[in-house]
Amino acid sequence: MTKEEVRQAVLDIIATIAPDEDLSTINRDAPLREQAGLDSMDFLDIVMELRKRYNVDVPEKDYMELVSLNSSTNYLAPKMADK
Amino acid sequence: MVKKYDAIIIGGGLGGLTCANRLAVSGHKVLLLESHIKLGGLATWFKRKGGHIFDISLHGFPIGMIKTCRKYWSKQIADSIVQLKGIRFDNPQFSFTTTFDKVDFKRLLKEEFSINQEVIDDFFHTVRSMNFFDDQSMTTKELFEKFFPGNDAVTRMLMEPIAYANGSTLDDPAITYGIVFSNFMDKGVFTFRGGTDVLIKAMADILETNGVDVRLRSPAQKILVRDKKVYGVIANGEEYHCDAIVSNANLISTINDFTGASHFDDDFIENVNKVRLNNSSCQVYIGIKKGEKIDYIGDLLFTSTAGKFDSKMLCAKDVTSRTFSIYYPDIRPGTDMYSIVASTNANYDDWADLSEENYQRDKKRLIDTSIDALEKYIPDIRRKIDYIEAATPRTFKHYTRHLRGASFGTKFEGLKVSMELPKQIGGLFHTGSVGIIMSGWLGAVNYGVIVANNVDKHLRKC
Ligand SMILES: Cc1cc2nc3c(=O)[nH]c(=O)nc-3n(C[C@H](O)[C@H](O)[C@H](O)COP(=O)(O)OP(=O)(O)OC[C@H]3O[C@@H](n4cnc5c(N)ncnc54)[C@H](O)[C@@H]3O)c2cc1C
Repeated sequence: MTKEEVRQAVLDIIATIAPDEDLSTINRDAPLREQAGLDSMDFLDIVMELRKRYNVDVPEKDYMELVSLNSSTNYLAPKMADK
Repeated sequence: MVKKYDAIIIGGGLGGLTCANRLAVSGHKVLLLESHIKLGGLATWFKRKGGHIFDISLHGFPIGMIKTCRKYWSKQIADSIVQLKGIRFDNPQFSFTTTFDKVDFKRLLKEEFSINQEVIDDFFHTVRSMNFFDDQSMTTKELFEKFFPGNDAVTRMLMEPIAYANGSTLDDPAITYGIVFSNFMDKGVFTFRGGTDVLIKAMADILETNGVDVRLRSPAQKILVRDKKVYGVIANGEEYHCDAIVSNANLISTINDFTGASHFDDDFIENVNKVRLNNSSCQVYIGIKKGEKIDYIGDLLFTSTAGKFDSKMLCAKDVTSRTFSIYYPDIRPGTDMYSIVASTNANYDDWADLSEENYQRDKKRLIDTSIDALEKYIPDIRRKIDYIEAATPRTFKHYTRHLRGASFGTKFEGLKVSMELPKQIGGLFHTGSVGIIMSGWLGAVNYGVIVANNVDKHLRKC
């Protein structure tokens, strides 16, 4: 997957978890928590969905890497390069 | 041939049901074993002749349940959740009705208790910022002393609903109070329109759609362990194999009875033996005659005749404090029946060893005193009663197999033990009411989701 595809994959997952949010205006560097109204259970759902769809694991100690769209993409890109 | 599953869930309480559903949606092959004749665990109901249906634990839950149900069950379930608007407190120190949200609690603190605005804001800010990783040495009592020194009445308003909701006391850590308070006493109290029976039926249907194999009347007797890993369960004398087990049964029985202490490290078992169970409950179920009505007096009444809040007195057999849940017909649209459930916290030991004769005598006393107390709010209640029955800690123990009839799982230390199970035995997990913060309907469901994530991770590595 290219970096752009990884970003889209993350956005697709967020769209299923927060179906009422408008994701087109997301600031890629700002925290997702406020922008998409995500709580800690939502982040858990993202992690579980990443595992299901792409077989990538995000260990608990790395959860904070998912803070913004850009940090998520940067963190996941190497893990998903061969997907 | 022994049947093989990815995961076996022992117990169909809200935690077990949710965990099973998450794992099935995630693509795993799941077996759910429930010892009772129906799913739901403490989220349950029973029917009696005359058209009465009684809900056991549908008194109210936080708003978070809406989002949680929508994400992990269905939109239809989420859409049936409605707010209970009339929450009443009545005791020798104060008497008022509240919408049970942050705005109203702030107003009450100011107007009823003359607390300074700055102190109020600081209190709400402090409890909201508390989290799991904070210092655990401060007790809830110390928290209240810090903000409202010597003010028993404020302590009562802030503490009594939480004590009823999860059995916590003033000696429990302030952070468990803070986390629960911020969830529960924030945006009102909610309930499920349709009743517990409709909710559990909807969940059972979803499990079926998602391919979960559900077996009722199937008590798990033994968790099978080899080389520090689980490989199966024996239930009803039959053996099932699997790569992961999630027990939604009592935490202590899971370790000591189903698995066996010898499979765990000694210092882990030492911590297990230190885990304190929460208190149990007594309830009186009152069915109103068909055709009779009850004027609206509020949905949930926190009543007490005790001079001040006292955690011990709240569980005492000499009951001074009760909550009344009044179920008007709109909780079950299409019916015209009213019912009332009086609940109190209770100690298992006060009921455990009574002779049959004394047990029946004390149950009758519980019923009589509950009607006496209710007369204050519904003066002609006696004439309207069609059916009445009581449940005690023995009843709760019998139906859910929780040790000592525990209503709300364990005290705080239980959470660590629950979360550390898989480090002791590969593939062994626990979910359900535990550690105060994972308690109640919302806590149990959310913990089911959290544990499902850990199980999924374990299974995908297998
Ligand atoms: C009187 C009362 C009132 C309450 N009121 C409220 C309320 O108003 N709001 C709220 O949010 N919460 C309330 N609660 C708490 C809430 O009901 C519980 O916290 C929650 O339902 C517990 O869910 P759980 O997942 O821990 O499982 P439980 O409900 O404890 O279920 C465990 C399940 O495991 C099964 N089981 C046990 N052993 C075995 C075995 N060996 N094999 C197979 N199955 C087994 C049991 O039969 C049961 O079905 C109340 C509780 C009580 C007792």
